[in-house]
Amino acid sequence: MSEFLSELFQKVGLTHLGWQNPVMWLIAAFFLYLGIKKKVEPLLLVPIGFTVLIVNLPLTDLTVAGGLFDYFYVYGLENDIIPPLIFLGLGAMTDFGPLIANPKTLLLGGAAQVGVYIAFFGALLFGYTIPEACSIGIIGGADGPTTVFTTMALAPHLLKFTAIAAYSYIALVPIIQPPIMKLLTTKKERAIVMKQLRPVSSAEKIFFPIMTAMVICLLVPAAAPLVSMFMLGNLFKESRVVERLTNVSQNELMNVVTIFLGIAVGSTMVGEKFLQSEVIKIYGLGLFAFVCGTASGIIFAKIMNLFVKNKINPLIGSAGVSAVPMAARVSQKLGQEADPQNFLLMHAMGPNVAGVIGTLIAAGIFIALAT
Amino acid sequence: MPEQKVIAPMVGKIVKVNVKPGDKVKKNDPMIVFESMKIEMKVVAPADGTVKEVLVQPEQTIEADTVLAVIE
Repeated sequence: MSEFLSELFQKVGLTHLGWQNPVMWLIAAFFLYLGIKKKVEPLLLVPIGFTVLIVNLPLTDLTVAGGLFDYFYVYGLENDIIPPLIFLGLGAMTDFGPLIANPKTLLLGGAAQVGVYIAFFGALLFGYTIPEACSIGIIGGADGPTTVFTTMALAPHLLKFTAIAAYSYIALVPIIQPPIMKLLTTKKERAIVMKQLRPVSSAEKIFFPIMTAMVICLLVPAAAPLVSMFMLGNLFKESRVVERLTNVSQNELMNVVTIFLGIAVGSTMVGEKFLQSEVIKIYGLGLFAFVCGTASGIIFAKIMNLFVKNKINPLIGSAGVSAVPMAARVSQKLGQEADPQNFLLMHAMGPNVAGVIGTLIAAGIFIALAT
Repeated sequence: MPEQKVIAPMVGKIVKVNVKPGDKVKKNDPMIVFESMKIEMKVVAPADGTVKEVLVQPEQTIEADTVLAVIE
């Protein structure tokens, strides 16, 4: 009888609590608070926060092989299904018009990737291996699905850190970027009003995703899963003949995949593995990468201004990090602060979508070189 | 003083119209609030003057360069 009782006792989760459990509950509560009360990325933080809570209740076994959450992780992330499907939805929502109208802004999207490479070398200095350093560097692109994709390809054991870091910095774009932008520009530069963009024909908008997919796949085949889905989604939208597919890509499918992503990422955050000094290092390097990307975009815009006739407002340079459309919104806000007649949103969307493409290419190069 | 057109800077949707014909406005006074890509922005008066006409109403979608109002 006493044997039976002690066995039963062993199967009650409560008896297996360690110090990590309550710490992770606090982290889960923090995510839920941010998502529900502060409305910060609620679509991700609500499922992630709840999943973090559940996987840190002992003996639930949801994350061991064959557990429910393990299936989300294996099928969704290990098999590289979720990030490309998110890109399909993003493509169906993205308007490349501002980039096509002003192709110079492609360079700004490239310049902001400098942060990715700086953080890569930083991570090497901290003693990470090359594949690990690639996964950490890509955080600087501020692109969630690309970070997840790269980490899963190169250093899956770091996913719990890099994914959360990337999504944190995307959410913090409106807080991190403005001080850097103000520091690097004068009020006069911020008040530069840019010439209105030319209208873009629908033929151009249809050719763009087809050509871009071809060129990038030919140059950086490792980026093909993401870029092909991204451009397919965009072709759905711009062809205007498959509205049903456009809608399902950007709404229902995107929502379904977002739930799977939240659960899969949240389920990697088990206390014993998550609470290491690694968290602080990777968060620090990620932030550093993001700051460098913001700064290099702005500095590059100022350099371009030495050569071009129609001046570029350097505030749109920081939109070269790929957080769409948050980074472009920040450019708009600071531009209008400097001059109420100044509207930068559409101009900033050029580097912003170029930044997504730039981060994709950076990821493709990393994956090709590190595997 | 010549008429001056208040022009939409980009595509979007009108959220709020703060002025009506006859209102006096100063340069940079917010006249119309519109939304594009889930961000609200204010169209401000391009110069001092009196509102002569308001050509849009809330919920209306606008293209870039749509004339929103006229002041004189």
